[in-house]
Amino acid sequence: MQTVNLTDTIDRSFMEKVMEESEQNLSLCYQCGNCTASCPYTFGFDIPVSRVMRLMQTGQKKAVLTSSSIWLCASCTSCTTRCPNNIDVARVMDVLRHVARREGFVKERRVKAFFDSFLDSVRKHGRVFEIGLMVDYVRKTGRFWTDMDLGPKMLPKGKMSLTPHRIKGKDAIARIFKRFEEENR
Amino acid sequence: MKIGVFVCHCGSNIEGTVDTKTVAEASLDFPEVTFATDTMYACSEPGQDGIIEAIEEHKLDGVVVASCTPRMHEPTFRKTLERAGLNPYMFEMANIREHVSWIGKDREANTNKAADLVRIAVEKLRRNQPLTPKEFDINRRVLVIGGGVAGIQAALDCAEAGLEVVMVERESTIGGKMAKLDKTFPTVDCSSCILGPRMVEIAQHPNITLYAYSEVESVSGYVGNFEVQVKKKATYVDWAKCTGCGECVEKCPSRKAPDPFNELLAPGRAINIPFPQAIPKKAYIQAEHCIKLTKDKCGNCAKVCPSDAINFEAKDEIITEEVGGIIAATGYDLFDWTVYEEYGGGRYPDVVTSLQYERMLSASGPTGGHVKRPSDGKEPKKVVFIQCVGSRDKSVGRPYCSGFCCMYTAKQAILTKDHIPDSESYVFYMDIRAPGKLYDEFTRRAMEEYGAQYIRGRVGMVYPDGEGQLVVRGADTLMGTQVEVKADLVVLAVGAEAAKNSPQLAEKLRISYDAYGFFMEGHPKLKPVETNTAGVYLAGACQGAKDIPASVGQGSAAAAKVIGLFSKEKLKSDPQTALVDIKRCIGCGKCAETCPFGAINMTEFRGQPKAEVLETVCQGCGLCAATCPQGAVQLKHFTDNQILAEVEALCRF
Repeated sequence: MQTVNLTDTIDRSFMEKVMEESEQNLSLCYQCGNCTASCPYTFGFDIPVSRVMRLMQTGQKKAVLTSSSIWLCASCTSCTTRCPNNIDVARVMDVLRHVARREGFVKERRVKAFFDSFLDSVRKHGRVFEIGLMVDYVRKTGRFWTDMDLGPKMLPKGKMSLTPHRIKGKDAIARIFKRFEEENR
Repeated sequence: MKIGVFVCHCGSNIEGTVDTKTVAEASLDFPEVTFATDTMYACSEPGQDGIIEAIEEHKLDGVVVASCTPRMHEPTFRKTLERAGLNPYMFEMANIREHVSWIGKDREANTNKAADLVRIAVEKLRRNQPLTPKEFDINRRVLVIGGGVAGIQAALDCAEAGLEVVMVERESTIGGKMAKLDKTFPTVDCSSCILGPRMVEIAQHPNITLYAYSEVESVSGYVGNFEVQVKKKATYVDWAKCTGCGECVEKCPSRKAPDPFNELLAPGRAINIPFPQAIPKKAYIQAEHCIKLTKDKCGNCAKVCPSDAINFEAKDEIITEEVGGIIAATGYDLFDWTVYEEYGGGRYPDVVTSLQYERMLSASGPTGGHVKRPSDGKEPKKVVFIQCVGSRDKSVGRPYCSGFCCMYTAKQAILTKDHIPDSESYVFYMDIRAPGKLYDEFTRRAMEEYGAQYIRGRVGMVYPDGEGQLVVRGADTLMGTQVEVKADLVVLAVGAEAAKNSPQLAEKLRISYDAYGFFMEGHPKLKPVETNTAGVYLAGACQGAKDIPASVGQGSAAAAKVIGLFSKEKLKSDPQTALVDIKRCIGCGKCAETCPFGAINMTEFRGQPKAEVLETVCQGCGLCAATCPQGAVQLKHFTDNQILAEVEALCRF
């Protein structure tokens, strides 16, 4: 293991940006580990969530933004619920995904592709159109056989419609996307 | 009037941001100021001598010291004036440290503000009157509220010093939390063996009157002369006759009553003697579980009692006690651990609290000292301890460290190995806090000699595996991962919170309490057992979570304070009391109604109703002065004219 030169690597502007965007005070964390203890995805994480928080406290930007964990987080908010210091840990993870996108650190391309396909689908149809989402996702990632086995089970149960669902307020949803894009231009 | 002004540097505390010399020079322009100087430390011996010399040399008859808060040094300088032969109330303080130098950085603005504060003090001092305290007698008896180890220590120390002690205990026996413990850290000596004899002393000491199963109903009066109403709750057993033989408990058919002494581990009887060493060792009936009292059937206890002590007609009784001092030693209660639903406390029988586990370990407990888990009575081989349950957790409103859980958990891990040699203990902890004599060594022993497996991390959840064990899922932050342990028994190291009804008692005693209900000490460092109410002292965990040695230390400290108070011939009352101008008083009685201390009597003067202040009772709060529609009540030393003069000194333009 390498010695981390804190003097040179501590990135305070990164810490401040994440704190501002997430509205969470990272120094509240006393490293009890309850988020890691409660996280149902720890088994798949390269860095457990309590260590993501610790890396944030020491401003280790690169280590955090290049981790898989921030993309594998399912936003179940178990960490937030259990945090004794009332830190919204899931929100910090969410902000980290945003920052990673903006700065071009996306460790799990496929997760990003899924998020993109999902949001595109919602923007277009007002709610998710499952088959359209699958097609778009497969097109982006080339993973033709992903979850193929689920299709035959879901179709007869009406869980996957062949045409997009018609919903009221489609325009209102589209406006939300538009407003977001304008605000973040 | 000749006024002297002394502007203190307080080292660099004030001088750092206030030009004290300029303030002193400016003071010379204020009315009746004939002498002004700056001084390095006004409170030091040379500083005080300087004040005395100036009083003599310049024939001063009033002094203003511009320095720190009067809470800190007003008594100091009043004594200085007394030594110089002046009335101590011909003194005023301008707080230019807390109110100026510590809060502003602009030297010029600070200097101007300091000068303004001195001007205000001078204007008030010009209108001060010499005041003389009244002397009054002390009732040399002391009330100790709470019969835990802190209260026991305080009561015994007072009694040994020859004072009469009244002890009031809420439960039917004294001993408090310590009596429930099996062993104590870091010596692992038997708790009841060291506490028992002291409890017996309380019962036998000729100077101590014990009211068990009683509560303080109300408190009136003032330091030296309190009047306390004690409610003796009905026990339905005549304690003068009861010999504590336990025959009634044996024959009681109501077997689902709670057993609070055993932390509800096992059901108890409606008539109960908490434990064999109880003091007083008397039976009491829990009325809501007694078949005779609820359904008018049974009455077995009365039939079998050899001394005919059962009395179903008993009623609560109010007793009045007069005392001169009060020591509150009401202890703590456990945090409600069922709030942590993820730990399953209250749902899974094999998740117990530390105090329940203590009863399981104790030879006088419901399992006779054999550790058997509640669900199936089997001996647990794997015990998981979870620390910080209700401590250091803002999300449940308990951000403070309870201080003793690390230690008792280490003790319980050691005792587990002693009781069950082939057992394994796991301790989930965040930090080990063991800053006492031999404390850290003790926690090391739990790990090194007794093999307790310490895991640094909190626990996220506890759930049954369906095969009789509990899965404890936590984090090992040192390993940097999630861990799981299968446990036969889970012990929650529950933190301390203020004893139930602490705020209510604090209000009866007129003392302050913090956001968590713990009583506030007079000063966090220098007055640890005093309160802001004269004659009321604190001991033990009612002031904040603490362990046995600290509680005993405070018990003795509070006793020393009471003994010191009572060693005075007479007490002096603060002369800054309310005064009624009888010519202006219209006898409306509003002041008497509003006075929180009952210090105003309505009397008659030439056939007219008039208010009259009892000087020794009046605490000088000023409520009456603010209430009086006629301005007939004035607070001595804080008259309307003085306050207006201060305002005018500030708003000159």
